[in-house]
Amino acid sequence: MRGGARLMKPAPFTYHAPHTVEEAVALLAEYAEDGGRVIAGGQSLVPMMAFRLAAPAHLIDINPVTALGRLAIEDDVLSIGALVRHAMLETMAESMTDVGPLGRLLSTVARSIAHLPIRNRGTFCGSIVHADPSSEWCLAAATLSAEIVIRSARATRVVQAGDFFQGIMTTDLAPDEMVVECRIPRLAADTRFGFHEVSRRAGDYAMAAALVTYRIVDGRIADPRVGIGGIEALPRRLDAVEAALAGAVPGPDLFRAAAERAATVVDPMPDDKTVPALRRRLTRGVVERARKGSLS
Amino acid sequence: MTDKIPVKLTVNGRPYDLLIEPRQTLADTLRESCRLTGTHIGCEHGVCGACTIVADGYAVRSCLMFAVQAQGMDLRTVEGLAGPDGLHPLQTAFMEHHALQCGYCTPGFLMLSAATLQQTPDIDEEALVDVLSSNLCRCTGYKNILTAVRSAQATLKGRS
Repeated sequence: MRGGARLMKPAPFTYHAPHTVEEAVALLAEYAEDGGRVIAGGQSLVPMMAFRLAAPAHLIDINPVTALGRLAIEDDVLSIGALVRHAMLETMAESMTDVGPLGRLLSTVARSIAHLPIRNRGTFCGSIVHADPSSEWCLAAATLSAEIVIRSARATRVVQAGDFFQGIMTTDLAPDEMVVECRIPRLAADTRFGFHEVSRRAGDYAMAAALVTYRIVDGRIADPRVGIGGIEALPRRLDAVEAALAGAVPGPDLFRAAAERAATVVDPMPDDKTVPALRRRLTRGVVERARKGSLS
Repeated sequence: MTDKIPVKLTVNGRPYDLLIEPRQTLADTLRESCRLTGTHIGCEHGVCGACTIVADGYAVRSCLMFAVQAQGMDLRTVEGLAGPDGLHPLQTAFMEHHALQCGYCTPGFLMLSAATLQQTPDIDEEALVDVLSSNLCRCTGYKNILTAVRSAQATLKGRS
């Protein structure tokens, strides 16, 4: 072949292809301190390698670990294995109707993630580990109280999403650990949900996103969850907004006030594209529109 | 660390035995090692879609995979789109509806559309617009591409 290094932007690495989780964590234990890194869908990692923002000396490809492709509901908890692609979740509203509102919610959210070819390859757990502040799945994990299942050669541990995310692209994961699964509790059958995201173009990163779920019991709002993403360094539930909704009689004024409240309690990230005032307005907008989506 | 390793690929039904570095992307490998230059490379970080191919029936960005990861997959590129009877209906429709001008993005749009029509033959226009938003075209514009894919969709459905 021609060309040599001119053609290849990623830095050199040694490739490893384990077939079991045990092999994968053994490789991580051996190479973590020497720049070992797991690759699943690679839809964020490979671009970072192309730009040499990441240059792992050892790439541990978990795609051959077929057991990690598991997507199943058991004991009212949805298990999403580390090789479950965005596209599998996008179609689960039809393919796994027994999951109920949670399945429909995940299908709805999946459609906002990048573009189809990216969704065919990228994974839910990979997005969680990447921990981009604008990630739809990180927002869903934080809002729906997901548990992150972490394995290493040393131990298995389970971390709440709220504790897992620690900063922009920063998580609780140690270098020799990998996420093998995320677990999301099933939503009650009468749960209403809405999701709305604002981005400059279809498939772009979210400038702001909101996920709202609640039930109506005896004419009053129960179990409200209001999560926002892309606005602060971490996705999170807005406790103050949820507290104002819980037990209240639903109506346009209540929800409008909740969206206004959301805009005041957030602490928008500074960036070179927007000003905090815009992100506050976007917060109000996405919360209000997510709530409107929950009515349909 | 930069040692080459043996990689076996199957592209358009044909086997390729290669000796390449693990860091070589699938896109570069198709072009430079398999000499299948129909797959184009634009941005090399997953944004433009020029390098879209079909792997095991799914449209993927070949710049966002390493060739070593594609072993055992059934890879399809634009070179494999035409059959013994001539051009694929998508190719004919792109010509008829002026869905290409410079042609740089065309292989990516063709493979994206081929996988989509294979998986969802009844896809509606709104969903198709969303699918096509994945790839960039900087001269023809997207309207003619959409028209061409809709036309090919009708042709393919008429055949089945």
